[in-house]
Amino acid sequence: MEKQVAIELKNICKYFPGKVVANKNVNLTLYKGEILSLLGENGSGKTTLMNMISGIYFPDEGHIFINGKEVVIRSPKDAFDYKIGMIHQHFKLVDIFTAAENIVLGIHENKKYNIKEVNSRVREIAERYGFDIDPKKKIYNMSVSEKQTVEIIKVLYRGADILILDEPTAVLTPQEIEKLFAVLRKMREDGKSIIIITHKLNEVMEISDRVSILRKGEYIGTVDTAKTNQKELTEMMVGKKTDLKIERIKTNLDKPLLEIRNLTVYKDDGSNAIDDASFYIRGGEILGVAGIAGCGQKELCEAIAGLRPIKSGLIMHKGENIIGLPPKKIIEKGVSMSFIPEDRLGMGLCPSFSITDNMMLKTYSKGFSPFVDRKSARARAKALIEKLEIITPSSETPVRRLSGGNVQKVLVGREIEAGPNVIITAYPVRGLDINSSYVIYDILNEQKKKGTGILFIGEDLDVMLALCDKIMVICHGKIMGIVHAEKTTKEDLGLMMTGSLNLTEEKKDKIFGIAKDSNLTEEEWQIAEEKAKQNDTENGGND
Amino acid sequence: MTDLLVAAISLSAVFLFGCVGEIITEKGGNLNLGIPGIMCMGAAGGCWCVSLYMNNFNANPVGVLLILFSIFGAVVFAMFAGLIYSFLTTTLKCNQNITGLATTIFGTGFTQFFMTNFADVSHYDAASKIIAAKLSFAEDLGWFGKVFLNYGVLTYIAIAIAICTALFLNRTKHGLHLRAVGENPATADATGINVSLYKYGAILIGSGVAGLGGFFYIMDYIGGSWENAATIEAFGWLSVALVIFTLWRPLFSILGSIIFAMFYIFAFKITGISQVGTKAIELLPYIITIIVLIFTSIFGKKNVQPPASLGLNYFREDR
Repeated sequence: MEKQVAIELKNICKYFPGKVVANKNVNLTLYKGEILSLLGENGSGKTTLMNMISGIYFPDEGHIFINGKEVVIRSPKDAFDYKIGMIHQHFKLVDIFTAAENIVLGIHENKKYNIKEVNSRVREIAERYGFDIDPKKKIYNMSVSEKQTVEIIKVLYRGADILILDEPTAVLTPQEIEKLFAVLRKMREDGKSIIIITHKLNEVMEISDRVSILRKGEYIGTVDTAKTNQKELTEMMVGKKTDLKIERIKTNLDKPLLEIRNLTVYKDDGSNAIDDASFYIRGGEILGVAGIAGCGQKELCEAIAGLRPIKSGLIMHKGENIIGLPPKKIIEKGVSMSFIPEDRLGMGLCPSFSITDNMMLKTYSKGFSPFVDRKSARARAKALIEKLEIITPSSETPVRRLSGGNVQKVLVGREIEAGPNVIITAYPVRGLDINSSYVIYDILNEQKKKGTGILFIGEDLDVMLALCDKIMVICHGKIMGIVHAEKTTKEDLGLMMTGSLNLTEEKKDKIFGIAKDSNLTEEEWQIAEEKAKQNDTENGGND
Repeated sequence: MTDLLVAAISLSAVFLFGCVGEIITEKGGNLNLGIPGIMCMGAAGGCWCVSLYMNNFNANPVGVLLILFSIFGAVVFAMFAGLIYSFLTTTLKCNQNITGLATTIFGTGFTQFFMTNFADVSHYDAASKIIAAKLSFAEDLGWFGKVFLNYGVLTYIAIAIAICTALFLNRTKHGLHLRAVGENPATADATGINVSLYKYGAILIGSGVAGLGGFFYIMDYIGGSWENAATIEAFGWLSVALVIFTLWRPLFSILGSIIFAMFYIFAFKITGISQVGTKAIELLPYIITIIVLIFTSIFGKKNVQPPASLGLNYFREDR
């Protein structure tokens, strides 16, 4: 049987403000009755591409063909009209509505609104594809997998023939994933075309007919799943190693500064963000943390900085437990944290404050005068502007008006200025151009020379391979392994990030993340652990 | 006791109009603190139309026309204030709290200015007798007539609006869409609902309904006297508090408004307590509202919470 094309993309390009290329010349073909996997690292433009098909973004260049005819998709409603439905990673559901109410939301039929009829139609769809759902159940009473089911039915209810699922398995348990895959296979038999975005290679191999790979916004290629293997896919996904001229300074390693054992931290929704992690940072060393976005990086930062309660485990700074200390005490001990979120301004700076005022945010409590000491802060701000070549009209300009790179320099600069002995920095070069990035790398290297321990949470594997001494890879909160940057390859890191390679399980005899020359003896660790447990029970388990 | 209940019900429509108007607005995700000002505007608009009508048809006023015309005036004036508020918050995305307070200041100030300069209060007594006219046989029907049939037409309009609002919100597609906008505008937007349109609609209709509360107070409850007009603002705040007390339920607000009115009247009716005691009783509605807030946040049941995006403006780019 000749395969019919359901949707075809030709030379799609999308740029975001600030010359960010999200997609460049992407070609993609989806046949009727197939499951296509879209594979790529963070920021490779998978979601952006799919958003253009579902009408949330509009492509800057290129053409979209549906059933052979060129179409223009301007809004989600247009997409529905072309029978395209997208299941977003973050569910778009109204919490206090029932499943059926959410499903019927926004449908403009000239029929009387009759919730009973909707309920029975929802049941009908559920039965056909083997979903398990109660249309009258409220969303806030549902598990993640039930919510996802509602999203899928919502799309099917509108009669979609092309379904796009954005990382549907990221939030599911293995059993739920099996169920979902069974449903997807049934839909394929029914003639529906499905695009599934995922990072997990084993799932790609299991569910899809073909795989398309994107890397840094560019289309790399499409292969038949049956004719490929995980290694080839990883290579296509991460690309060949490129050499960056970032210096890795040799330093004399000190004793571990920060030691973390068996740390478990919850996400806001109560699921595990960091699961039983052990690692340590020495003075004069940069430990990189690699992982797909949202694998617990933010929670890890917050836990160390004292901003997020931890579930269990120990965080020792120079042999002293810092769990339960207020953030201010942790800062005073010399642990500094700077997290650059996606919108870049978020954590750490007040956008409408000037550089001077932002400098004072961390030192306001010094001294005894009730008035703030703006003079010295201004001097420090000026020094910082000069040292890091921050481009700003003056030290009194609101940070909000600075360009992204300069904002980041202010943030990182302020953290370093306080003279910390541990720096935790997440995505410090996010969205920066090359030159600004190198300034930040230089700052970090300089700190490393001074004997500061640095935890560098990054996105770009090439940078981490060049800059870091060791790299810790996490996948969904679990540590997959800690490797020396000099001795590892990009492919290995890619395999670990996607959960295909787990060094901690493969090399059971080797103990990961526990320093031989710990500040504490094993007995002392045990005592600390028991003490922590005791505290836990005293506080009824929630700290 | 019956007397107290009757007195409470005859005042309750002030709160009921204000409360239902604010519920409609809040269900669309807008916290309109301009309600007190909007109620004043409604009073001004309604009374101005009464003046216009009575000056022209003084000799032989037709009750139905007078009522319809003055309701029209009240709604238009209130909607005008609501339009300012919705333009600022929905189109220009100004902070809702600040815009709301500004609307209240504007509404009360404008009303004072307008009424002292343009309105002719000479026929208000007569007009009020028409607008607040009760069924003549109500008193003869014993306690039933006394409690249920003993009020002017506006009281019944208030109850009808409350019931219609409940039906609209819970039984119609547009009601569902409006609630979706108030809960999660991004979701509503993604399903093709015009968020701004629903917000404008909810704010304007809500303002119109609330405006009737002010008009009712002047023309029905206090019988056409403009001297106590400042009280409307206080009633406006009570109406906003009542929305929380009723947990955003229009049907429950019928009962809630009577309870609030009862507290208010209690403070006057009760004798033999000091002035401090009177004031303390007047405070009760606010205290009860705080207690309700405490309970709903302790138990945290999802279906008694305010609309999730209440007070937040929706920027599409934030998705």
